Amino acid sequence: MSDTALPRPAFRAATDEAPLLRIALIGIAVAGLAVLVFAPLAVVFAEALKQGWSASIQSLGNRDARSAIQLTLLITAIAVPANAAFGIASAWFITKFDFRGKAFLITLIDLPFSVSPVVAGLCIVLLFGANSAIGGWLVANGWPIVFAIPGIVLATIFVTFPFVARELIPVMIEQGRAEEEAAVTLGASGWRTFRTVTLPNIRWALLYGTLLCTARAMGEFGAVAVVSGKIRGQTATMPITIEMLYNEYLSVAAFSMAALLTALALVTLLLKTILELRHADQLAATRRH
Amino acid sequence: MHIDIDEIAKTFGATTALHPVSLNIPSGALVALLGPSGSGKTTLLRILGGLEFPTSGRVMFNGQDATGMTVQERRAGFVFQSYALFRHMTVFDNIAYGLRARPRGQRPPKAEITRRVTKLLDLIQLPDIAGRYPTQLSGGQRQRVALARALAIEPRMLLLDEPFGALDAKVRKELRQGLRDIHDETGLTTVFVTHDQDEAMELADLVVVMSMGRIEQIGRPQDIRSKPATEFVRDFITA
Repeated sequence: MSDTALPRPAFRAATDEAPLLRIALIGIAVAGLAVLVFAPLAVVFAEALKQGWSASIQSLGNRDARSAIQLTLLITAIAVPANAAFGIASAWFITKFDFRGKAFLITLIDLPFSVSPVVAGLCIVLLFGANSAIGGWLVANGWPIVFAIPGIVLATIFVTFPFVARELIPVMIEQGRAEEEAAVTLGASGWRTFRTVTLPNIRWALLYGTLLCTARAMGEFGAVAVVSGKIRGQTATMPITIEMLYNEYLSVAAFSMAALLTALALVTLLLKTILELRHADQLAATRRH
Repeated sequence: MHIDIDEIAKTFGATTALHPVSLNIPSGALVALLGPSGSGKTTLLRILGGLEFPTSGRVMFNGQDATGMTVQERRAGFVFQSYALFRHMTVFDNIAYGLRARPRGQRPPKAEITRRVTKLLDLIQLPDIAGRYPTQLSGGQRQRVALARALAIEPRMLLLDEPFGALDAKVRKELRQGLRDIHDETGLTTVFVTHDQDEAMELADLVVVMSMGRIEQIGRPQDIRSKPATEFVRDFITA
């Protein structure tokens, strides 16, 4: 072109913001993160280590603390695989088939997000408590649900139910049914199609949903507080133990447990990041053509 | 294999996709289902492939009732409109998929699978792309890989849904000839769906013109051109 010699005015891409606005937006984001995320994290670890590492570690070593940690890990180990299975099943059902009441079912999956966990806990007590018909029969046969581990598992599963399904549904809707149809025309059975086509296509969403579910399952308080009965050394999970310790002014013990719970959550996030970095090429390949 | 479609109808809820239609496809023919969108041509193709089931009527393969046959049993090589290649698999794995999905007793050994995939890659004239992922291919390459994948199962018939729909005009012309060559080489009964009358007329032995879930005319391209049976056919082929 002939006008290349002219001094170039400072062009800006159409989607770029003015520098001042940009700085303001970045500032707001950073300030928000600092106040809402980093400050609480820092406080938790600072309080836990107020009397040094040894006091903190010692507080985690006693019998009740160890029992709480084991219980939380056990509950998570049951609730997360269960919800991964439920989530895959319901997402599969919703996205691969057309039926009446689909919108209603999607709303129902979201229900645990909108119902207060305490209410959910109360429902479990009403349904399975010793005073109910089912609960009475179960207790009589040596299978107590409420104030025992099964109740905590149920409460945790209920509260964390939407995480996996919610991650999977949009991904599976976007991918459609064509690849599955291709697989069956090539002779693959339903199960083989699921294993070799559906599952690989949703694995990242599944992983992300599972990690979120894990973090939430470990931290669930409200519903578990209602159904567990808070029996020290038996039905007290980590979040329940933290509350009890805090109410007894044992702040080092409370915050040490809180720091450990936070660290577990951070580990799940770290895992996700590492997996994403390591499999970046596959991640790109499985995105839409 | 010859295919007989006997009074096939299909409704989805309150909408009628196909009024009872009948059609005989001779063995080894290359047939075009031609019509505008909503004419029922894709529904008919999917019923042949076993991806939809008719509300009433029968489908016969070589004179035997195949109406209730599952999609797996039909062994129809199906090429989808947007190709539906498995995006997480390489081209090699895509083409080998159908062979590996066979029950253990009928599954060819590894070396045989490799040999067959290589042969198919030669057939579609893309011998060097075995290790690529679908995202790394052009539209025309994807279409040919989808064709190779469908041929790998040694299908009894070849069904193609708008096989050239997603391609630009130049590639379209090349691949038309490609499909004709593959059809002539394999001798497979082939049915393809298109809304492009040029494509249907140039490529097919037999053209089936459809509209609103009904068959308007069945005939050789030259007969349809010279003697359109209905007003719709006249309009559609001159458009």
